[in-house]
Amino acid sequence: MSNRYVFMYASVMVIVVALVLSTAATLLRPLQERNMRIEKMQNILSTIGISAPRAEAIELFEQYIKQAKVLNYRGEEIEGDAFEVDLQDENRRPVEERQLPLFIADVDGELFYIVPVRGAGLWGPIWGYLSFREDLVTIAGANFDHASETPGLGAEIADPPFERQFEGKRIFDRDGNFKPVVVVRGGAPAGDEHAVDGISGGTITSNGVTAMLRNGLEVYKPYFQKQKTL
Amino acid sequence: MSEEKNTAPKETLFSPRNKKLLSEPIGKENPITVQVLGICSVLAITVQVRASLVMAISVVAVMGFANVIISLLRHGIPPRIRIIVQLTVIAALVILVDQVLKAFVYDVSRQLSVFVGLIITNCIIMGRLEAFALNNKVWPSFLDGIGNAAGYGSILLLVAAVRELLGAGTLMGYQIIPNFMYQIGYVDNGLMILPPMALITVGVIIWVHRHRDRSLVDVS
Repeated sequence: MSNRYVFMYASVMVIVVALVLSTAATLLRPLQERNMRIEKMQNILSTIGISAPRAEAIELFEQYIKQAKVLNYRGEEIEGDAFEVDLQDENRRPVEERQLPLFIADVDGELFYIVPVRGAGLWGPIWGYLSFREDLVTIAGANFDHASETPGLGAEIADPPFERQFEGKRIFDRDGNFKPVVVVRGGAPAGDEHAVDGISGGTITSNGVTAMLRNGLEVYKPYFQKQKTL
Repeated sequence: MSEEKNTAPKETLFSPRNKKLLSEPIGKENPITVQVLGICSVLAITVQVRASLVMAISVVAVMGFANVIISLLRHGIPPRIRIIVQLTVIAALVILVDQVLKAFVYDVSRQLSVFVGLIITNCIIMGRLEAFALNNKVWPSFLDGIGNAAGYGSILLLVAAVRELLGAGTLMGYQIIPNFMYQIGYVDNGLMILPPMALITVGVIIWVHRHRDRSLVDVS
């Protein structure tokens, strides 16, 4: 078989495969996007202690999430659909131009403020949602996820034992200074309101979470401070 | 495995020879317990039966189609790039499977995460393409693919059933160990959920398999 044949064969094969795959991807995209939206709703709901089965996620989301706002860096409400804001794009923009989503949930009369965060782990992006109590200081719940952290090590940030540590932690100290939660390698000191235990063997991912919380929450500081004084 | 013998004109669809293609990999020629291939994914995704079942079905689909496609193309594939052609076919099928899983069983696809993509590197598949589909007609190749994937899948399910039952007291997510057992002090074995126990379970299966079939024992 001549080189010419080999080249022709390879080219035709690649084109056929590309056609088949792109057709499949295009046809299945709407279903996949719906699944991702439902997962996002489940993640947001889980920060306020509601575990939503897939089938009921949309309904429960509408039931509990009363408001979805988009804020700017000064903490003012601006136009936009909070659910559709893509933090990956926003984090690339200068702070002044970012859209900051905020969800307000009402669980039996108690208000929760939920913000998304996104950062970098060891191998790829990590992201999550944090819900705050009405004082906008105390964390009520956290939910993290990741694209490709090491299973059994960094990937444990997405497991409940890690996430539950955040409940009751504070992001402002007693004097009102911004002091986000840090993930401490080797374990947080007992009783520290601003620290949680890191993951053994997952230090870089743990540090990623620390950085994600610092950067992700700092931009909400103006809004939180404004609301707190009310 | 020369082609001439396979093309005997009056061979029926399920001749003894073809049946053997289907049944041998499940028993005597099992890719996992006898050839010890594809171990990585067995360790990784056998915590729950449901995930293993989806993985097994995915591998059956990929392997069946890959063997058929390669067998159809076997006269045209330039020998010098045959490995690349095989890999392209496998990769395309795996991406298709991945997309379908994401669209229809999203939670399972999240659970399987990277391991769906890693079907591409499952050496059982390339092994069968190279050793069988390249030299055989379409129907026997199809059976060979399905047989080997079923051999892989059956071990996957067996390991997953043991691990889920002992590790979480459930099968397919349904509680099997009754509540009164927990009340009188029974505790799920958390170790079963961790990867090392998959290795030990596979080891035990291999041991039992060889004990029952002495011809598998390596006497050298």
